[in-house]
Amino acid sequence: MAALTREETEALIQEVLEIYPEQARKDRAKHLAVNDQSLEKSNKCITSNRKSQPGTMTIRGCAYAGSKGVVWGPIKDMIHISHGPVGCGQYSRAGRRNYYVGTTGINTFGTMNFTSDFQEKDIVFGGDKKLAKIMNEIEGLFPLNKGISIQSECPIGLIGDDIEAVAKKANKEIGKPVVPVRCEGFRGVSQSLGHHIANDAIRDWVLENRDGDDSFPTTPYDVAVIGDYNIGGDAWASRTLLEEMGLRVVAQWSGDGTIAEMEKTPKVKLNLIHCYRSMNYIARHMEEKYKIPWIEYNFFGPTKIAESLRKIAALFDETIQAGAEKVIAKYQAEYDAVIAKYKPRLTGKRVMLYVGGLRPRHVIGAYEDLGMEVVGTGYEFGHNDDYDRTIKEMGNATLIYDDVTGYEFEEFVKRVQPDLIGSGIKEKYIFQKMGIPFRQMHSWDYSGPYHGYDGFAIFARDMDMTLNNPCWKQVKVPWKTEESPKVAIAASA
Amino acid sequence: MPSVMLKKNTEGKLVFYVPKKDLEEVAESVEFDSPEKWGGEVLLSDGSKYYFEPIDGQPDFPVTLRAKRLDSGE
Repeated sequence: MAALTREETEALIQEVLEIYPEQARKDRAKHLAVNDQSLEKSNKCITSNRKSQPGTMTIRGCAYAGSKGVVWGPIKDMIHISHGPVGCGQYSRAGRRNYYVGTTGINTFGTMNFTSDFQEKDIVFGGDKKLAKIMNEIEGLFPLNKGISIQSECPIGLIGDDIEAVAKKANKEIGKPVVPVRCEGFRGVSQSLGHHIANDAIRDWVLENRDGDDSFPTTPYDVAVIGDYNIGGDAWASRTLLEEMGLRVVAQWSGDGTIAEMEKTPKVKLNLIHCYRSMNYIARHMEEKYKIPWIEYNFFGPTKIAESLRKIAALFDETIQAGAEKVIAKYQAEYDAVIAKYKPRLTGKRVMLYVGGLRPRHVIGAYEDLGMEVVGTGYEFGHNDDYDRTIKEMGNATLIYDDVTGYEFEEFVKRVQPDLIGSGIKEKYIFQKMGIPFRQMHSWDYSGPYHGYDGFAIFARDMDMTLNNPCWKQVKVPWKTEESPKVAIAASA
Repeated sequence: MPSVMLKKNTEGKLVFYVPKKDLEEVAESVEFDSPEKWGGEVLLSDGSKYYFEPIDGQPDFPVTLRAKRLDSGE
C-alpha cells in the first residue's frame, strides 16, 4: 500500500477524532499531528505532557513506575523498598529485564521485591515505625547491601509520613546511604515526573557524597553512560564499543549500575546520555555544578552508531578519534553481512511505533538501515523537547501521536495497515489478533540486546523472525472474510 | 520569573533552557554581552523576549539565573 499523503493523514486524524464528545475531541486533537519536517519547534503542531482524558484508554504509568521501575530499580547493589501496599512492587517486580552481574539476594538485589506491605493500621497510625524496623531487618538479612532507597507509593504522600526523617536516622545508624524518594504515584501526569523526582533525589542524596574526595584516580578519557537501563544487556553492548575506542566507562546509569559508580560520576569528563527523557535533569545539573558537558547519542543501527561514535570522539583527542574509526571499521564486515542478509527480506516494510522515553525516535535509524520505513510514532510520556528531536527523524506526512488512546491506535492501524507494530505488552495481543506482526519494544520481546553492533544483528533477526513468520498467513480474522479482503480496507484509505 | 539554565553551545551561542516548560532555544541577541557587563533583554530564536538583571562581568556558564518574561513572541 502506498504511503498516505498529507491530506489523507489529516483526514484520517479528523475521522478518528469524530467519535469523541466535543471537549475530549478538542483536547485529543492537540495530541495528534502530521509530521512536517520544515518545522523547527514541535509546540507548533503537538501538545505533550498533559493529563490524560478520563475515559480514554491511556498506556501511561505513574511517578512510582518512573522512579522505582526506571531510574532507581536497576541500581543493583542497593535495596529499593516499595514503601506502601504490596501490589505496586510485586506486580512490577523484575518485569523490565534490567540485566546485571551478581548473586541475587547476596550482593545484588535487582529482581527481588522489598516492600513495607502496608496494612490498615499503618495508614491509620503512620508507617514510619515500620519503615525504621524494616531497614534494620534488611541490614540483618542482607548485610552486603550498599544502601537503601525508599520508593514512596501513593499512601505515603496522602497520610503525610516523614520518610526523610526516618532516612536520616537510619543513615546514621547503618552508615550507608539511605535515600527517601517522594515518587508517590499520583504526582504528575505520567511516569515522566517520577524520572524527574528520582533524578532530584540522586542530586540531593547521592551525587555530593564524594565531593572533595580525590582518591579516585581519573584519566582524561573518563565517561559515564547515562540513561541506559541494560534491557536484555543493552548497556553491555554499548559499553564494549566505547571501551574499544579508548574511553574508560566509569559509571553506568543505571542498568547494571552501582551506587559507588553514581557517586564517582561527578569525576568524569563527559556524560553520554542515551535516554534523554529520563536522565537529562541530572546531566544538566552536573553540567552546571561540576562543569561536565553532556551529549546525546544513539546506538541503534550502524548508521546512527557510526554517527554517534564520531560525535563522541570529536570531543576528545586524536587517539580517540582514530579509535572510533577503528571500531567502525572493525565491525563493518559484521553489520554489512547483517544488512545483506535481512534487508532483502524486510525492505519496503512499514512500521508503526508507540513506546516511551527515547525509542520512538532512536530506533527509526535502525529500521531505515534495514530498508524499512517508520510511518507513525508516538511517546507515552514525552515532552516538547522530545518531539522537537523527533520531527527531523520522521518522514514528511507521517503520523505523530502523543499519549495515544487504545481506540485511536487501533483505528490508525486499521487504516495505515503497517507491516509491523512496535509497542508494549498491553497492545501486543490486540494487534496480533488483528493479524499484524508485533514486537514489544519496551522489553525487546524477551530478546535483546538491541544496542550497539552486536545488538543490531539481534534486532534485524528479531524483526525478520516476526515479520516473515509463516503464522501470519494462517491468521484469519473475522472481518477479513472472503468477501471483504484486505484490499477493500486499503482502497478506502 | 522562570529559572533559566544558560549555557554556551559548541558554536559559542547562548542556549536557553526553561525546565518547567521544556523550552530549549538559542538566544539571538543579548543586550549587554561584554566582559564587563552581562544581562538585559535576551531575544530568543522563537521570538520571545526575557529580561535578566544586568550583572558585572560574564557569568560562569553553565548557570541558572532568574529571568523576567517580557514578550511571548506570539
